[in-house]
Amino acid sequence: MALLEIKNLHVEFPTRFGTHVAVAGYALQIERGEIHGLVGESGAGKSTIGAAVLGLLPGTGHVTAGEIRLDDQLLTGLSATAWHALRGKRISMIFQDPQTSLNPLLTVEEQLVETILHHLPLSEQDGRARALELMEEVGIRDAATRISDYPHQFSGGMRQRVVIALALASEPDVIVADEPTTALDVSVQKQILALIKKLAKERDVGILLITHDMGVIAEITDTVSVLLNGSCVEAGPTSEVLGAPTQAYTRSLVASVPRMDRRVARFPELQSRDPKDTDTSYQIEGASAEFASDWLLSGDEQGSDHSDTIIGVNDLSVVFSSRPSFFQKKTEFRAANNVSFKIGRGETLGLVGESGSGKSTVAKAIVGINPTRQGQVSFLQRELELAHKRPTNDPSRRQIQMIFQDPYSSLNNRWRVEDIISEPITFYGLAASKEETLKIAASMLSLVGLPQSALLKYPHQFSGGQRQRIAIARALVARPTLLICDEPTSALDVSVQAQVLNLFKDIQTKFGLSILFISHDLPVVRQMSDSVVVMRNGDVVEAGPSESFFENPTHAYSQLLMSEMPSLELLADPEKLIAG
Amino acid sequence: MGARQIQLWWQRVSIESELLYLFLRSPAAIIAAAFVLLIVITIILAPLIAPTDPYDLSSFDILDSLIPPAWATDGELRFLLGTDDQGRDMVSSILYGARLSIMIGAVSVLFAVVLGVGLGLAAGYLGGRFDMIVMRVADVQLSLPAILTALLIDGIARGLLPGESHDRLMFFVLVVAIGLSLWVNFARMARASTFVERNKEYVQAAEIMGLSPIRIMVTHILPNIMGPLMVIVTVDLAVAILLEATLSFLGVGVPADQPSLGTLIRIGTSYMFSGEWWVVLFPSSALILLIISVNVLGDFLRDALNPRLR
Repeated sequence: MALLEIKNLHVEFPTRFGTHVAVAGYALQIERGEIHGLVGESGAGKSTIGAAVLGLLPGTGHVTAGEIRLDDQLLTGLSATAWHALRGKRISMIFQDPQTSLNPLLTVEEQLVETILHHLPLSEQDGRARALELMEEVGIRDAATRISDYPHQFSGGMRQRVVIALALASEPDVIVADEPTTALDVSVQKQILALIKKLAKERDVGILLITHDMGVIAEITDTVSVLLNGSCVEAGPTSEVLGAPTQAYTRSLVASVPRMDRRVARFPELQSRDPKDTDTSYQIEGASAEFASDWLLSGDEQGSDHSDTIIGVNDLSVVFSSRPSFFQKKTEFRAANNVSFKIGRGETLGLVGESGSGKSTVAKAIVGINPTRQGQVSFLQRELELAHKRPTNDPSRRQIQMIFQDPYSSLNNRWRVEDIISEPITFYGLAASKEETLKIAASMLSLVGLPQSALLKYPHQFSGGQRQRIAIARALVARPTLLICDEPTSALDVSVQAQVLNLFKDIQTKFGLSILFISHDLPVVRQMSDSVVVMRNGDVVEAGPSESFFENPTHAYSQLLMSEMPSLELLADPEKLIAG
Repeated sequence: MGARQIQLWWQRVSIESELLYLFLRSPAAIIAAAFVLLIVITIILAPLIAPTDPYDLSSFDILDSLIPPAWATDGELRFLLGTDDQGRDMVSSILYGARLSIMIGAVSVLFAVVLGVGLGLAAGYLGGRFDMIVMRVADVQLSLPAILTALLIDGIARGLLPGESHDRLMFFVLVVAIGLSLWVNFARMARASTFVERNKEYVQAAEIMGLSPIRIMVTHILPNIMGPLMVIVTVDLAVAILLEATLSFLGVGVPADQPSLGTLIRIGTSYMFSGEWWVVLFPSSALILLIISVNVLGDFLRDALNPRLR
């Protein structure tokens, strides 16, 4: 008898536009000590299954068919009181974001002891002793003193350990872990995953691990099921599913995971595009991707300038100073410290680092929107003024364009796509008439692979990947020389990421753009960049050509970063996948 | 199952707009909206539907003064709700009075919106010293009761303007007085929403392009902060109408020969204890109904536009 068994689960969300079937006929068995991975792209229904197991379906969601059993107790259709006795006690949860899943007003000890005493028949003193044991078990050094700290006194990784301790406090049989490492830096991700794996084996707990990250799946799960639109595409032992996928969808998913071990020319795109992408109901006369290409190439005034270096950053430092009140002394924070690099024509530089390393700060200094005071930025052999001293009509404002991480906040939600893309054209005076502006905007959408009917819609009507394409179109339409991409794909699903990265590669080969590619994701950087700069706490620790860096990193921190990436050895070779 | 039935209902009425959908499911909001619509239509058509013109001194007779409503003994059919001390028909007075009240209310809210949103948006976007100065002024404004501000402005206007033009300009004096006591709400809300919006990447994108701050504020940020502002507009419309009524009641509002609802109530109070109840009751009821329906609409908007309260 399996520990947790799900049979033919159907979950539906009635909405006023009809019923949304989130899960359709999902089945699963987890034994004690087993880690089962639930992988799929956004909207696949992974989190819904997790919520159903916990009896916490949000809003109008309800189980319409099928059953969930824990040992032999039927969980579907339990009353709210019965759930209260069970949830937290036999099934507990590890949340995604340790910033928000702990109560900031209580010490870690108070939170642990509260949970322990609620579920276990212990005296308060035993509860405290138990809390301390848990802290030690999840690997918090100096647990006896740290236990009386507040959550904000712990780092992200340590906080997630506390969350895990909290999940273990009631000695549950099953733990649902929803994206447990997504909010963490790579260097702690691996340790947390190792901890989860160790605890599952030692305590004989069944774990349902929900993630979008193939690397995480490959790293710790025993069995895996791949979800697509609420149903299971493929399930089985992890090594089999990832190593020799039989279904087309699983193959495309495995193939689109960027590799760190070698560079591929293009990412395979096995999955067909969204059918909405080929909507031809609305066409502007004469507008096409070819027109956009010609237009972009025709405006190439760089023809006069054949210098190889597009941008040179020299000893750039960014200091944020704040003065909490009039009477206090100014405090300074150096977000970037003597950063120097160069990007050649048509070249991509990967700027790598963990959160807080100062990589976005450098980008903002180059585009001139933060208070930079020291250092030089020379662009096309011309010195650029820093910060607010740069005139608003400086040509570099057009020649340097930026693409942001979050496609949900980088587009103005109250504007139609037509207005969003047309704004740079009219602002920089790149078109002679309104008709021409519209034609260019429509062509640009075709170039990035969106239908021209998108012009009439608002950003909220698009998915994350489509929005990012719109953002790319908006950047391209200014005819830039340098494109700064700040984590352009980290909010996207793998298959969408593959499409967007391919788009970047295509654009670069066609138009000879230089790209500053900022990312925390080493495999993506390897695929995209010609040279690499690694930053840590505002300092550059290593810089060099991409190939030699990835083959043979010299700095200890780079080596550490690389060893912390989830190993993808289990995954099938993408080239074989396409061939087969 | 309840969920199933609701779903069928949903399928029958497929409404695209979230706001309209919630509106049609809230009977209170529908009734309030219907009532507001009714009032707006009647005050627009007031010159056509009112039996007499209360502003025309020749149209009423002092001999008709204080006639009770038509259904009471001694009531006359031509004065459906009776007459006041001057012999004016109450129905006509209320129609014209409400017209004036709503006009003053709406124009002063407009004035407050332009002033408050302008300052709040600039304060939120520019920050720094400008923000500090605007918000301190707002704090001072907030510590003065609205009535006091209005009385103060009215007093200054009376002192500065000669008697005759004062009566003509009273409308604008009231608008400025009420507007000045309401702008802080708009400024604070606009500033808070701007703080949120200005850190979003679309604003950064506009800054990188080199757009001027005014253009970013007006074309990019303003459309994104309109939702919460619309809610205060409706709520403050009720406040403005009430404020006007209060000022007129205190005798610093519109002149007695052009009565607003507040003026009518003031006239009525002197007859409250001598048995002529209708002079105060009907204008007061009209005012109360107007305020309640505008408030209900405002509350509905606030709930519908705020996903957290739903």
